[in-house]
Amino acid sequence: MEEINALFHGFSVALTPFNLGLMVVGIVLGVIIGVLPGLGGANGVAILLPLTFSMPPTSAIIMLSCIYWGALFGGAITSVLFNIPGEPWSVATTFDGYPMAQDGRAGEALTGAFTSSFVGALVAVLMFTFIAPLVASFALQFGPPEFFAVYLLTFCSFVGTGKGNPFKIVAAMMLGFAMAAVGIDIVTGQLRLTFGFTELLSGFHFLVAVIGLFGIGEILLSMEEGLSFSGHSAKINPKIVLETWAKLPRYWATSIRSCIIGCWMGIIPGGATPASFMSYGIARKMSKNGDKFGTGQLEGVVAPETAAHAAGTSALLPMITLGIPGSPTAAVLLGGLLIWGLQPGPLLFVEQKDFVWGLIASMYLGNIAGLIIVLTMVPLFAAILRVPFPIIAPVIVVICAIGAFTVKNNILDVWMMVVFGIVGYVFRKLDYPLAPMVLALVLGDSAESAFRQSMLISQGDLTIFFSNWLVGSMTGLALVALFWPLISAGIARMRAAATAAARST
Amino acid sequence: MSDNHGSARASARTVVIDLVVAALVFTLGAIVGYDSYRLGASWGADGPQAGYFPFYIGLLICICSVVIFVQSFVRLGTDRRVFVTAGQFKQVLVILLPSTAYVIGVWLIGIYVSATLFIALFMKFAGHYSWLRSAVLGLVVSISAFFLFEIWFKIPLPKGPVERLLGF
Repeated sequence: MEEINALFHGFSVALTPFNLGLMVVGIVLGVIIGVLPGLGGANGVAILLPLTFSMPPTSAIIMLSCIYWGALFGGAITSVLFNIPGEPWSVATTFDGYPMAQDGRAGEALTGAFTSSFVGALVAVLMFTFIAPLVASFALQFGPPEFFAVYLLTFCSFVGTGKGNPFKIVAAMMLGFAMAAVGIDIVTGQLRLTFGFTELLSGFHFLVAVIGLFGIGEILLSMEEGLSFSGHSAKINPKIVLETWAKLPRYWATSIRSCIIGCWMGIIPGGATPASFMSYGIARKMSKNGDKFGTGQLEGVVAPETAAHAAGTSALLPMITLGIPGSPTAAVLLGGLLIWGLQPGPLLFVEQKDFVWGLIASMYLGNIAGLIIVLTMVPLFAAILRVPFPIIAPVIVVICAIGAFTVKNNILDVWMMVVFGIVGYVFRKLDYPLAPMVLALVLGDSAESAFRQSMLISQGDLTIFFSNWLVGSMTGLALVALFWPLISAGIARMRAAATAAARST
Repeated sequence: MSDNHGSARASARTVVIDLVVAALVFTLGAIVGYDSYRLGASWGADGPQAGYFPFYIGLLICICSVVIFVQSFVRLGTDRRVFVTAGQFKQVLVILLPSTAYVIGVWLIGIYVSATLFIALFMKFAGHYSWLRSAVLGLVVSISAFFLFEIWFKIPLPKGPVERLLGF
């Protein structure tokens, strides 16, 4: 019960008026960020990160993680009212949420979405509270080869779980690693890939890349689609909320399934989006009303929202315990930890107890605050979405530029942001995934140093990654994930051959 | 965009852009590989050299881009998906060019004046709002950004002659 004591200590850290105020500010900003096109969770946190440099790290992470919760909640609003998923993981919410809004049941859909988000997050935080310290103490025994194996597993799972062309996934990822390598090599002090440009000495900053790739890229994409917002209005009053709450317990089985899917998939990088689709698909198969899914079933909103929020929350577990983020937003938060002078990883649980348990406590409080705020303020947030695009677009570009500049007070970064924006636009259209690229840019240096240290230990012998059962099984899993597209194609071919053979006999 | 003799239905095909991007990615990979090789991509006296890790990164980029290039090349004749139509591209330029002008403005005359101008002019010409509304909104955004960053958070942003005139 050590965790319970630590958690209560965490509550005492998080429950100061200052931190509670930051929590509310974070949630409200997060919902706005989640609602506006061009400002997703990762990008929003990246822009606001420089504002927190002067805060104590615990308060800063509380505010930034609340922005993240807010963005998770906000995605549901646009999906239900406008049929525009604010975030990739709320795509599945549009399937039943938007038909419900067309039916005049927007309030019910939103209450269902928010409440199940809350349930998903709560289950994930509970899991986090008890599992994270175990993972961290386990990971304390890790040496460089084990850490490199974890990095390898992280990156290979992008290939294994990604839907697109595996070569594009690897290419995008490697470009991220290459950008991370630019600048002074920390071990030898040599300049790498700078080609005499002094501006490149410090390398590419991932915050600038995130702001450009996600922010400017998204604006360019939205402009092209010529967005015309035609949304439904939402009326949420206590009566609708209570009525919906009375209906929700009926879907307990869907809820539990979605929580499990979400918690599991969230630990795997890039997990929130597949988790929401998977959970929707399974709910449709298992439900009695499965054939009515897509026409406005509350259950069809509950399933993806629960899973997405559970996954979004558990994405922080590998970030805090191993220093390996499970999503681009978690990657930005990880970058924040580094800037505040904290080394993410298992030692955090030993050396920075206040910080870790304050964060965990703020996850409980932030989600409760989030639920109350979104339920009471939906009309306001929906009104923001009705602001016409010609006003929103330049304002977001201005905000992004300020965000990029404040990272290092360097005007060159603003130019880099524009270039990254164009790259993000083209890559998005050609299905080069951006998440592995950003993760590689953030983790590149740590992955490289883990690799080099392992090589030093083994004197250049790659078999060190199979030298004991722990590192060997992680490397093995990583290789399976890497070659999963090939393996699954092989299985499909064998099955087809088997059915063909069965038919011919 | 692509060769469509100036017709209004001009568009660029996805597969063509795919080829171009694959070639660009290959070039980047080759540069990374070359520079790492120059630094030494093997085993030095005291362990792995500086180019040891990035060399293989560059190599992987090159291999992947070659595969992507070949994949696209095979589909060149059959894949008719459109990357961007002329109309869409024009829309993209409507925001991209003013944004670039804005960044030049940030560099020359500071962030606040250029933000005001950018928002006001964009609203006026792309959104067809009245001059008054455009100007007011541009000023409101700039002035609130000024208070937020310069006064409350004490983060200096690029300033130009106008701010100096006002004494900042």
